[in-house]
Amino acid sequence: MKYYDKLIFELSKPGRIGYSLPDSFGLACEAVAQAGPCRPRLGRGGTTPVVGSEEIGFFCDPAKKTDSCDVAPGEQPRGKAGIWREASLDLPEVSEVDVVRHYTNLSQMNFGVDTGFYPLGSCTMKYNPKINEEIANMPAFTGLHPLQPESTTRGALEIYVGMDKALAAITGMKHFTFLPCAGAHGELTGLMLMREYHMSRGDLARTKVIVPDSAHGTNPASAAVCGLEIVVVKSRENGLVDVEALKPLLGPDIAGIMMTNPNTLGLFERDIKEIAKLVHDCGGLLYYDGANMNPLLGMVRPGDMGFDIMHLNLHKTFSTPHGGGGPGAGPVGVSDKVLPFLHIPRVSGFHGNFGIILRAYAYILMLGREHVKMAGKLATLGANYIKESLKDCYKLPIPTVCKHEFVFDGLLEDNGVTTLDVAKRLLDYGFHAPTIYFPLLFHQAIMIEPTETESLETLDAFIAVMRKIAEEAKADPEMLHGAPHCTPIGRPDETTAARQPILKYD
Amino acid sequence: MLERIGVSSLDDLYADVPADFIYKGEYDLPSAMSEQQVRDFFEGLAAKNTRLKVFVGQGAYDHYVPSVIPYITSRSEFLTAYTPYQCEISQGTLRYIFEWQTMICRLTGLDCANASMYDGPTAAAEAVRMCVASTKKRNSVIVSARLLPHVIETIRTYAKYAGINIVVTEKVAEEVAEGVLDLAGVIVPSINRFGIIESHLGLADLVHDKGALLVEYCDPSALAVVKTPAEWGADIAVGDGQSLGIPLCFGGPYVGFMACRESLMRKLPGRIVGQTTDASGKRCYVLTLQAREQHIRREKATSNICSNESLMALWCTVYLSLMGPEGMRKLNALCYEGSHYLHDALLATGKFERVFEGEFLKEFSLKPKCDVLKMQQALLDAGFFAGLQTEDGYVTFCVTEKHTLEELDRIVEIVKSI
Repeated sequence: MKYYDKLIFELSKPGRIGYSLPDSFGLACEAVAQAGPCRPRLGRGGTTPVVGSEEIGFFCDPAKKTDSCDVAPGEQPRGKAGIWREASLDLPEVSEVDVVRHYTNLSQMNFGVDTGFYPLGSCTMKYNPKINEEIANMPAFTGLHPLQPESTTRGALEIYVGMDKALAAITGMKHFTFLPCAGAHGELTGLMLMREYHMSRGDLARTKVIVPDSAHGTNPASAAVCGLEIVVVKSRENGLVDVEALKPLLGPDIAGIMMTNPNTLGLFERDIKEIAKLVHDCGGLLYYDGANMNPLLGMVRPGDMGFDIMHLNLHKTFSTPHGGGGPGAGPVGVSDKVLPFLHIPRVSGFHGNFGIILRAYAYILMLGREHVKMAGKLATLGANYIKESLKDCYKLPIPTVCKHEFVFDGLLEDNGVTTLDVAKRLLDYGFHAPTIYFPLLFHQAIMIEPTETESLETLDAFIAVMRKIAEEAKADPEMLHGAPHCTPIGRPDETTAARQPILKYD
Repeated sequence: MLERIGVSSLDDLYADVPADFIYKGEYDLPSAMSEQQVRDFFEGLAAKNTRLKVFVGQGAYDHYVPSVIPYITSRSEFLTAYTPYQCEISQGTLRYIFEWQTMICRLTGLDCANASMYDGPTAAAEAVRMCVASTKKRNSVIVSARLLPHVIETIRTYAKYAGINIVVTEKVAEEVAEGVLDLAGVIVPSINRFGIIESHLGLADLVHDKGALLVEYCDPSALAVVKTPAEWGADIAVGDGQSLGIPLCFGGPYVGFMACRESLMRKLPGRIVGQTTDASGKRCYVLTLQAREQHIRREKATSNICSNESLMALWCTVYLSLMGPEGMRKLNALCYEGSHYLHDALLATGKFERVFEGEFLKEFSLKPKCDVLKMQQALLDAGFFAGLQTEDGYVTFCVTEKHTLEELDRIVEIVKSI
């Protein structure tokens, strides 16, 4: 990767253009024709200035002239009274080729799944099939307005129906809502449904939700946004939820529990049956965080484990690209019990991220019932293979069989080399780093998730590099503290970035 | 591989899962398709959609999408990357987000912007939460009834569970002056659901005198020519970036934006990118102010947002780079010209009545004096999605630079004929 220093604003030259627009509608209409290139800035400035917005957008005097084209455009009143922008608009003035080269250069400082192995734990960076992109970009889908009459969008609606059925089959839930645009958005929606369920029963005291200490940060954050109090349940030494610690937390104030299964240590919560019974007996519901659904794909259905509400990350388990941090999609599925409330929360504008749902549907159709049963298993195979191949160099706090991901707690012989050093050194060798310093249970956490789309050769290459870094840690820790050495930039000064924030170009 | 792990079969890897949870049935899914079959399948579905010329806005605008944009956004280095946690190999993503933040600041006139939200309505809902979080012991927010219906609905949803008191009103200024005691914020549209550009003269002072914050919901494309949130004195601006070159795509993915005054910077939800230097002094970009975020603060975070709509922010950033200041002005001039022509020609048919005073840009609403369903069907039959009836009983039209004079005349002709 080469370092490229420019911002688009720095390429700007007055008068240069990158757009292509028709000159005008070619109207004979006087007012429009006279107003020149800045017509809307001139507009009809005659609106009466009033305090607030009450006078605007209200019923006009029918006796008044209504033909707006007849009204001569005047200068807008000076000062605050006008409705047109007064400040100049400082956007870059660049040609099309400037734009293409600039963003091509930027892209070359980026690492994606298509660049190389991306073992980012809990993010399920599997390969994104290209046919899905092509399908999602078909004009018959991209050209649909969200408010078009149903008679003109039957194909799009069939996609929702098909996806609902497919996700229900895979998860054992009854039906899904597709409004949530991301995993955390799904969590929030799911918790809203949890609250609707209790409210419908007049059970208003249930204002707390239990979250394990190993949970993704979004779980407690979503609960807080949903107006719920968080009660943390501890994990045991073996990384699983402590059922004995859970029992005293349960009571008439508990709305439910949020579980990730397998959890963020990649461990299957084997006591889930007992946990489900305990939570249900106390009147609560079980929420399934689908961020870690991948190892269960084709193996275990959350609905069968007793979960009442769940979300899926289509951008994880169902192969849609992450886009540098979205767009994703976080459809929420429910059991019979919660089904009557599924339509209630209006959590986004139209029909959710249709373009993402399309891609995921294409993925499921190519996987089909024949291959779905292999996806989760192969993801689990890869994770265990890496774990077993590196446990003599890296500290493995929980040695049992994992699912799609597992966690090391730093180097066995660290020699002062931290998890951050290891992660940064990996970049030099052409791999993306694993998730680091999460989960919070281990201070030097390195969370590795290979996914099922990687070959044995790729896994072996990664293992070899991880071993090499362990050797380097013994021989030359200083070199590792300074890593990465081969990337477009070195480690940034994050402290100054936060203390004296520069958030825009001036 | 199994040997190294020390198990004899793939199923052994699931030995810790209680046996009755292992799904033994056949998954009720279609049989696996080849690439060709998938293509045929979706082409079949595509044929069940009707492609229409879109003359309706209501939060989703059919602007022209320059061919450069999908070419850039489909570059897999952008498309297949995750959130830029490892900044040394994510300078591409971080830099376009920094550019996006800058452009959002310049469009709105405000000081800082975040890396993006899911869509306009969720950005509005988060802004309402931000008002409450930024003002002490205040829990009510006044919401203009002239915001788009789906924006109001999304605000109501978020507020309901957060326990925020929402007052939806036609008379915002009056309500601010004498209505609500524990006022935290007020949210008004820059251009309202009827297409009218609103005047918010004096409103900011009124809201600030009550110790509350003013939020403006904007169409960022229109901000090139209409008064900015900063010019009206607003503290926070939100809206949907869809109008900046993102295809309609049946409602998503779009992208929300949020900008605010500097004093509110640390209350912003979501990712923020900042500029810094690396050890050798090279200018570079990082995710910053992360102490607001869920992965650090968990339940004390300013929001639960994690994945946002990064690639769609790139979409808008490339768009604004191509358009530049002159392109944006020209685009709005075209919208203005076309919409006013259609507006006047429709009124001249005698089938509508003008009910709203005030200037409009590309979208307008009229009161129908004809059989609306019949009109809509006649327009649909001719391939036009136009004259959508809103819940208030008006019909709404929207004209953009994509449309032609011939199309406008054809619409008028059809309306005349019913």
